[in-house]
Parts: sequence; structure tokens; C-alpha cells
Amino acid sequence: MSTPARPRLALEEEPLVFERSRPGRRAGRMPVLDVPAAPSDAIPTSMRRGSAPRLPEVSENELVRHYTRLSQRNYGIDTGFYPLGSCSMKYNPKLAEDAAAMAGFRRIHPLQPESQTQGALQLLVELERTLCAITGMAGVTFQPAAGAHGELTGLLIMRAFHEHNGQRRHRVIIPDSAHGTNPASVTLAGYTTEEVPSDSRGLVDVEALERMVSDDIAGLMITNPNTLGLFEENIERVAAAIHSVGGLLYYDGANLNAILGRSRPGDMGFDIVHMNLHKTFATPHGGGGPGAGPLAVSERLVPFLPGPRPVLDEKSGRYGWLEGDERSIGRMHTFWGNFGILVRASSYARTLGSDGLRHVAERAVLNANYLAHLLRGTFDLAFDAPPMHEFVLTARKQKARGAKAMDVAKRMLDYGFHAPTVYFPLIVDEAMMVEPTETETVETLDAFAEALIAIDAEIDTAIEELRTAPHTAPISRPDEARAARDLKPRWYPDDHAVAHLPSNEGPAQKPTI
Amino acid sequence: MEFAPHTDDDVRRMLAALGMSSVDELFAPIPEGLRYDRELEIPVGLSEIEVLRDLGAIAAKNRSADDLVCFLGAGAYDHHVPSMVWPLLTRGEFATSYTPYQPEMSQGVLQALFEYQTMISELVGLEISNASLYDGGSAVAEAVHMATASTGRKAVVLGGAVNPLYVSVLRTAARGPEVEIREAGWGSGGTADLDAVRDAAADAAAVIVQHPSFFGTLEDVAAVAAVAHEAGAKLIVHFDLTSAGVLEAPGALGADIVVAEGQPLGNHLNFGGPYVGVIACGRADARRLPGRLVGETADREGRRAFVLTLQAREQHIRREKATSNICTNQTLNALGTAIALAWLGPNGLRELGETCLAKSRYARDRLIELAGARAAFDAPHFKEFTVRLGADATRVCERVAGDGYLAGLPISRLLPGAGLDDALLVAVTERRTREEIDGLAEAVARAVKEEA
Repeated sequence: MSTPARPRLALEEEPLVFERSRPGRRAGRMPVLDVPAAPSDAIPTSMRRGSAPRLPEVSENELVRHYTRLSQRNYGIDTGFYPLGSCSMKYNPKLAEDAAAMAGFRRIHPLQPESQTQGALQLLVELERTLCAITGMAGVTFQPAAGAHGELTGLLIMRAFHEHNGQRRHRVIIPDSAHGTNPASVTLAGYTTEEVPSDSRGLVDVEALERMVSDDIAGLMITNPNTLGLFEENIERVAAAIHSVGGLLYYDGANLNAILGRSRPGDMGFDIVHMNLHKTFATPHGGGGPGAGPLAVSERLVPFLPGPRPVLDEKSGRYGWLEGDERSIGRMHTFWGNFGILVRASSYARTLGSDGLRHVAERAVLNANYLAHLLRGTFDLAFDAPPMHEFVLTARKQKARGAKAMDVAKRMLDYGFHAPTVYFPLIVDEAMMVEPTETETVETLDAFAEALIAIDAEIDTAIEELRTAPHTAPISRPDEARAARDLKPRWYPDDHAVAHLPSNEGPAQKPTI
Repeated sequence: MEFAPHTDDDVRRMLAALGMSSVDELFAPIPEGLRYDRELEIPVGLSEIEVLRDLGAIAAKNRSADDLVCFLGAGAYDHHVPSMVWPLLTRGEFATSYTPYQPEMSQGVLQALFEYQTMISELVGLEISNASLYDGGSAVAEAVHMATASTGRKAVVLGGAVNPLYVSVLRTAARGPEVEIREAGWGSGGTADLDAVRDAAADAAAVIVQHPSFFGTLEDVAAVAAVAHEAGAKLIVHFDLTSAGVLEAPGALGADIVVAEGQPLGNHLNFGGPYVGVIACGRADARRLPGRLVGETADREGRRAFVLTLQAREQHIRREKATSNICTNQTLNALGTAIALAWLGPNGLRELGETCLAKSRYARDRLIELAGARAAFDAPHFKEFTVRLGADATRVCERVAGDGYLAGLPISRLLPGAGLDDALLVAVTERRTREEIDGLAEAVARAVKEEA
């Protein structure tokens, strides 16, 4: 057995903040009231709060320690290698935080008049130009707060476009390898999902697609490179099939990192493109957000974008908001989108520029190919073709010897790495999806490959170590079935027994994406 | 400048291992006709020094709430963000982690979210809060999806003055499932007209009220709940969390689903985002809740552990049958809200509410006294209120901006054509001082005179 563990996370349990509470302790306080206190009848008795919310009573020092300790029980890119496939967990440059913290960005109110927010509008207009140049599109909305939010925006645009042309179409095609957000967004837009199968090479089965298209098809959503990390080389034929029946082609930008400056969705025939700035543009993912999912469209779809949109009046040199007309789908976000994330993305695009962005794709694809090369003798590639920025391994052989993909993934944690995405895409048995990104050194890739190869050897020498991994993380494998069955979604002061919910958890192989 | 670490020698060595001689070969899977072989039409990269200088110049073109005294609210508020929040949120272990799919490596974020869920539950009076949605508007839309799924009905009633921006977001979201939105209008208090709500609520999935209302006035949540429930509809309340120390929890008054904008607690103005959408419901609706939910369980050794739970609701498992499409949410902003609430504690939250209440009353009185304004509605208010100035509110705001004040929101900006051109919505947070309030009232008085 090899020496496991470079434990990086704090093992000591940290009490809940409520358990640190002592009556009478406090951190924040209000200034001394410099106006008359409100009379007691300022709020009708029936509307007044009865008992105070049970918030913790903790000193500021103890609070800072509490959250610091919690952070030490969490793994981020700043901690180490994070090869989560489909998530582009690359280094998040720190200058972005300095930019976003400028008072001129952080301390402006979304409803201030245009005359007071010329800089913010300029930033948006310039970022729109950058995103259009990268995607080959004509106009952008910044309202979507995340990728899935962009998907829904794009599908509602698709629907508005068809309805504007007097057509109520009902179906949207997605590949069987698609992210779960795709079909979920299709439903929310009022469409039904049709799945097109993948062929033996892991690409869309174009002939099957050509048989599926009809004038009831509103469009097709696809990722390219697809979720297997493979470039859809027949994308022009796919586009032709969809366009031949008047449908629209939607580009899920989850994998845009692979083709930055190397290929453009607009040139492939796409009509609608969302980008995940928290992936491709290196804004921090925040443990689950905030992200930003701006959506770019081709010229004919610009009128359908959500409004208002930031614009530059070339004549006066002034920036302003442009309301959409009756074709616009309306508002997707309460205000203008996740502006603070857009500032960070802008700082990234300005730092890399035309030359640096092209390098991103080159190095990301190089790293993925190099790592796949190191691993292919030990694990099978789900599809044996040169990958782009990520690749999917299958632990089929390992499973036959007694270790599932989840066991391998959990054992990775003992070796000091975050696990890859497992059990996605759904069409691959025992899938492990690896995306190294461009910001990792060759030494890190070598060490990661050595660890995976060592784990493979452990199947024959120490199978129990794998099945019960991790051993060096703050916790061992949690009982997820119990969490769902005896739902405990909050702390209770008396920790009373929790109600029992009938279990209807999903499949045993849960995609971790 | 770039962040990819390879030296030329690294690249040569790696390509050699792959049997390649140039990086161009890596892109062979892309058909030749689809390769982009030009420079992108954007500027070349710059150093950190240059980028921060350029962005600093752009930021300086904005007039921030540090330059102007901010009485503008309408969904985004200049509350104090405790100094401890940002240094903690920018810790790399939190900020640079992904959604906690591997709970063994993510106990920090999971526990912090569990604590957030508990705090929200305490504030709104419903047991189950999710781990966040995008913002206050999308939270309304998600609550409507829950209500239509739960009741099988396809209409919702706006029972009073709901922020028109939230209504716009709801209208867009309603296009997909084709949900009908009925407006019951508001009465003289700027609050729900119960008779109109009763008429509209028959066959409706939900009644939606904002409390305090868009105009700042207090809704009789219990009365609206009775009307909604009588019609078999759910009651959705959009609540101001900063009022939770002084206003009764909507859940305790009959709300079935409570939503909120979490920005006022721990999040900066940020020109409208990132904020945090709050949603909470009772146990009966747990399986219809959208988005991530953290639950407590135990690991193999029986130690307390936290995981994402009830995942069978979510898109990555249930796909086209999921309760929502949301994947990435606003976790870090939710953490900011939790930290701000922990900083306040129960006493601080009550003091915050009392302070906003006292200062907004003082401000309203000063505007009436000095500027000849009159209250637009007769119901009591919390931290925002609406006054009629007797002069065009947009032009008054422009004038007082010259004196250094963001006077508030001219109601006509979001409700054009409602005959409210002289109405101004003023927000007074705990940050405002008596001197600033007096200054605003004097500036508005001068502006109104000049407009007359």
C-alpha cells in the first residue's frame, strides 16, 4: 500500500455557530439613535414580531474563527488540483477581486440614473464586444446569473422567435450526453425534450438526427466540444439539418474553454450561445455561485433579447439603457445581472487579451491530451479519440476487479486531490470526467496520474482501502440515504426528532455535476 | 499576461510525449473550415498594473454611494456590510471551491449553508430554506412554479404593490408554462385590496404579496392568508429580511412560501448583482423546493456530516422532470447573508429594525414639514415610504443629485402612466444620519420650489 494522504483540510469538528452562542454576547451594534425612537404603535401589535429569531449570540473574534475553521474544512482551487470535468476549475486571478472591490463598481445602485453610471455601462458595452468577438455573435444580454439561467433565456428567445413568425413549435432536441440543466430548461420554456443518441464514436448520430427533424422542432441544444470532450466534427451537418426545418441551434458554452480563439460557435452555425464566465473567464465559483451566464445571439435574434440592454450612442459618446420592443422576452433578472462577476470577467479578458485567450485553449487542450496519454494504459477512455480540453475515463475494468468509479474518486481525496466528476455523462458506464485546465503545471499532471495509477494497483493489494475511502478527509463517506429519508434541513435548539419523509432518491449512480 | 505556467521546454516535452510537433496538431479534431486562424478582434493582453489602472478609470466615471448620500432602495439597499464579511468570503477555500458534490472535501461550505438555512428559517418562520436562488425576482418566479405544481392551477394573483421589477421577471418566467398573472391592485394603504384579491383568487394557484409592499407599507399578511387559503390558493410573501427583528415572521402569519432578496444583509450594492434569492417553505412542500438543499446526516463513524440532499428534485438527476433548472446558485452571497446575521445576532437584528423604523419616520416627517410633501398612502411603513412631492419626482431627483443626494426612486420610473409622476420612494437605512436626512429634506424643498 502506498503512503496515502497529504491531509490538507482541518479534521477537528467545528461546532455549529448556534452551539457557540451564549446569551448576551454580541458582535455588531447600531449607532446611537440620533432621531426620536418610533412610538410603540408604529407597527400594529398584530404585525409585531412575537419571539425573537434564534440567531447566534457570538463575539466577533469567535465568529471570525468559526468561519476561518469552516474554510479550513473546505477544498478550493487555491488548496490544490481540482480536475472536475465540465467545470473548468482553473486558477481564479486575484486582480479580479481588487477590480470588483472598487467603490465605483461595488458601491453603485442599480437604479441610479444613466448619467451617474457611465463607467458601469461602458464596462458592459466593452465586454459585449469582447464576447461577440469570441463567439462570432451579434449581441449579448448580461442578465442570466448562471449557465442554466442563460439556457432558459435562450430557449425563451427561441420560442419568442418562432411565435413571432406565427409558429408554435413544441420540441427541442438534445443529445443523450447532455447536461441535466438542458432538459430541465427545455421543460421550463414550455417545450418537450427529444433525445438524439450518440454514435459509436461518442458524437451526435447525424443520420438519426436527420430522421428526427420536422417543422415541430424548435431547435437543438448542444455542447461543442461535447460532454465527452470530443469535438462534434459534423456540426455543420447538424446545423444544416436543424436550419432546414427552420429550427435554431443553441450552443451550451460549458466547454468554450477548449476553443477560445481557435474556433467560434457563430462560424459553426449557432444562433444562440451562453457562456459560463465562472468557468471560461476564471471568476471564482464561490462554492456554488455566484456565476454569470451571459447569452449571445446572432443578428436576427437581437430584438428578442431581454431588455433593457446597455448601449453606446456613437454620436454623443454617451452610454445608456435601451428598452426592447414587443419582441423582447422581457426581464430575466431583477436588475442587470451579476455585475460584480462581469467586472471580474472583464479584468480577466483585459489581462489575457487576444493573444492570451488563444493560449488558454492551446494549453487546456495540451494538458488534457497529455494527462489522457498518461492514464490510458491504466484506465480505458470512454471513447478512444483525441480529446479537446477534457476526457472521460471509464472504470469498467476497475469495477470488474472490485472498485467502482466512486471508490476511485473517493480514494483520490486521500492522495490530496479533488476527485474528477463521476457518473457523468450518463451514457458512459462508471464515468470519470477529468478536466485539468490550462493553469496546472506538468508536475501536477504527472503527480495526479501517478496517484490514479497507484490507486489502480491498490485494487489488487488493498481493496478495502478503496471501498472505505476517504480516510484522511474531515469526514468519511456520509450517509446520503439517511439525509434524504430523515430530512434535517436546519438546526433545532432542542434537537427534536425529525420527521420521516418517504424516500424517493434517484439512481444509485448519481452524477456529481 | 497569462496564467498558464508551461515553459517552452514543458510544451516541447509534452508534445513529444504525444508524438506531436506543434500545438496546432491538438486542434486536428476541428474541421479545417471551422478553425479560426486570425487574431481575435480585441486588444492584446495587459499587465495587472495596466488593467487595474484602466478599470480604476472606468470605475471613477460612476458616482457611487460613497459620493452621494443614498436614499435609493426599491429592491437594493445601502445597508452596512459588516467589515468581517468580505475578508471571510474571499478566503480561497470558500471562494474558489465548486458546488459541494464531494461532501468529504466540502464540509466548510456545507455547514455554513446549513447554518444559513437555519437563520433564514428563523427569520421567515418556515422550516425549510434552500441554499439560495439568483435574486429576489427569480425567487418569486420559482415560488410560483412551486405553487402551480402543487395546486395544478395555472393562474396567480398579485395581491397588492409588488416591485414591478419582480413582476417583470415573473412575467418572463410565466411565458414557458403559460401561467396567467392577475393584478388585484392596491388600496389606499398601498397594500392588498382584500375584496379584489378574493375576486381574483378563485382557481388561482397562489396569491403573492410583498411585505412591506413596494411602496414601503405594511401588509396584513394574516388577512391575505385567510383570503388565499379560502380560495385554495397558496400564499407567497416576498419579505424584507431586515425587518425580521421587528415584524412578525410571515410563516407565523399563514404564508406557505416566503421569498426574499438577501442583498440587504451582507451584500454590497454591486449595481444589482450578485445578490441572493431566498426561498423557504414548510415540510409538506419540501419535495417541490427548487435548487440545492443541505441536510445533516452522519458519516461511517457516526460523526456529524452535511450533504446536498433531496437531490432527486434536481436537474442532474431528474432532468426534464426536475423542479427547477437551477444548478449554480449564489452560495457565496448566501454565506455573506449568514455572516451578517451572525454578526447582528438577535439583538442587533431588532436594533437594526428599530433604527430603520425610527429614521424612516423621521425622514418622512421632515419631508412633509420642510418640503410640503404628503404621504402617498395611509398604512404604516417600515424602512421605505412613498411621498407625493407636488412636483415631478424625476426632475427633483436630478436637482438634488447636484447637492450630493440620491433622493430615492421616482415611482414613475417603474410604474409609468400610473398617475404617480410626483411620487418618490425613499429608503432610509441604519447608515443614514439625522444630518443627512435634514440635508435631504432641505434639498428636496429647494428643488420642489424651483420646479413649481
